[in-house]
Amino acid sequence: MFELIGVAPQALFGQLLLGLINGAFYAMLSLGLAVIFGLLNIINFTHGAQYMMGAFGSWLLLNYLGTPFWGALLIAPLIVAAVGMAIERVLLSRLYHLDHLYGLLLTYGVALVIEGLFRRFYGASGMPYANPIPGGANLGFMFLPYYRAFVVVASLAVCILVWLAIERSKLGSYLRAAIEKPDLVQAFGINVPRMITLTYGFGVGLAALAGVLAAPIYQVSPIMGSHLINVVFAVVVIGGLGSVAGSVVTGFGLGVVEGLTKVFYPEASSTVVFLVMAVVLTIRPGGLFGATR
Amino acid sequence: MSKIPGALPARPAGSSLGVSRGLILVAVAAALLAAPFVFYPVMLMKVLCFALFATAVNLLLGYAGLLSFGHAMYFGGAAYVCAYARKELGWTPEASILAGVAFSAVFGLLTGLLSIRRSGIYFAMVTLALGQLFYFLCLQSPATGGEDGIQSVPRGLLFGALDLENNVTLYYFVLAVTGFGMLAAYRAINSPFGQILTAIRENEPRAISLGYRVAWFKALAFTLSAALAGLAGATKVLVFQLASLTDVSAPMSGEVVLMTLVGGMGTVLGPVVGAAIIVSMQNYLADVGEWLIVIQGLIFIATVSLFRRGVVGEIAARLRRGRGT
Repeated sequence: MFELIGVAPQALFGQLLLGLINGAFYAMLSLGLAVIFGLLNIINFTHGAQYMMGAFGSWLLLNYLGTPFWGALLIAPLIVAAVGMAIERVLLSRLYHLDHLYGLLLTYGVALVIEGLFRRFYGASGMPYANPIPGGANLGFMFLPYYRAFVVVASLAVCILVWLAIERSKLGSYLRAAIEKPDLVQAFGINVPRMITLTYGFGVGLAALAGVLAAPIYQVSPIMGSHLINVVFAVVVIGGLGSVAGSVVTGFGLGVVEGLTKVFYPEASSTVVFLVMAVVLTIRPGGLFGATR
Repeated sequence: MSKIPGALPARPAGSSLGVSRGLILVAVAAALLAAPFVFYPVMLMKVLCFALFATAVNLLLGYAGLLSFGHAMYFGGAAYVCAYARKELGWTPEASILAGVAFSAVFGLLTGLLSIRRSGIYFAMVTLALGQLFYFLCLQSPATGGEDGIQSVPRGLLFGALDLENNVTLYYFVLAVTGFGMLAAYRAINSPFGQILTAIRENEPRAISLGYRVAWFKALAFTLSAALAGLAGATKVLVFQLASLTDVSAPMSGEVVLMTLVGGMGTVLGPVVGAAIIVSMQNYLADVGEWLIVIQGLIFIATVSLFRRGVVGEIAARLRRGRGT
């Protein structure tokens, strides 16, 4: 079969795996964007910078405090989420009564500040992060590095947990209710402003978690988030921000599409997601999972 | 959707301000004509090009309520076309600029039709993504010179007579082009077309129910904006004799939005003031390196948090309050 399509199986499955990994990051980032957008009604342009902060957080923790990867996996997202919640309290919360565009512009400015600061102090070149699970298994048709398999499984698990938490838990039902009718939920005695802050922190934490997971695969660099976030925005346009499951499926799906493009037509690998977006806009302007606002 | 503040209501003709406004206009015109003998002309031309670019963005953002995060596509696209026509094909400067504008207009119509299928924040994300798509196409295309760009583009003779190698001559040409572009934008805004755009921004369903073909108006505004951005980009090539990837990059799109925001969205002079502020800041702070990005980010934050109407919008609001209207 592989002779038929003229591609070595190692290359095909290797890229497929990389596609799944990228897809995992797309899924986690667009999931965070969707959760934030649902409650705050803003699109968080700082998301890419917060993903980068997650990766940098784990690198700094390792190099200055000697925190191992597994510790950073928990601590870095919490720190980044705390910074995010401070930004939400101090800056974003003043803009909720205004047009969405102001929230977008503000978060874009915050992203510039964060990326500029990291570039000022750490340069634009990447820094390596040691693989926490070295080695891999030879499956015959491909070599499977353990860490990469772990990333795909862990991301999928996180996405499913988030879906369960939002769609099936009591806290999630508060959240969904607050998205529909914030005034009414407030009247029932739930502190909606605090919920908004926590939701923003949660979405940001997801981005940072993706960043920590990405650190051993890609190099840790101040600019790692800015390209990724542009692709994630295209993913979000394709899938729509209305559905949690939709974000996850679209994220993984487009990662795989991108990986396959790298095998069959590498020239288009950097543009394929944007092209898919153009096609989806032409055929289904509302996005694949509809429910857009 | 709450409205974007800053848009000035049209003043009735023949108001008491008529005479003083005329005087101000004459003074501004005199200052612009004398400027190249006081300031460095290349710097002034840079401000003018970005003022036109920001005016193009303002046409969409300030009046139609559409935030494009991909306008570098048209600015940089026209720059590449103009540079290629001038350097590789040997076209005259005026024909090269027209080629750049034509490219931007057609490209703007196509991408505009795609982008307006979504509104609000999705529109911003679609334009950003299309901008990235175009960036990668430019990076890979052999015609753009990849990382090098198209360098040392000859300025040449305008209309076969005026030597643009002279910075002062070129300045007057750029001033004329910018003036024409801004006048075109001004006419478009202060016309029934501009009124309908504002109506669509304020209440799209109502505009539809009144029988306006909303998509058509948005597409037209987008095309006009793209063409003006292209005019700015193509003119910029003659000034700097360079078209490069920076011109089509996402930070360029962000920068021009910043200029519009700082100057004042929905004001005629806002983009000019914003361009002057940001360009001179970049010029004077050229050696602070990465801090420049941080400062630009801080300006974004400060403007959005503290003075959303921008410099011109705030001044206009003060003046109106002072007159008790």
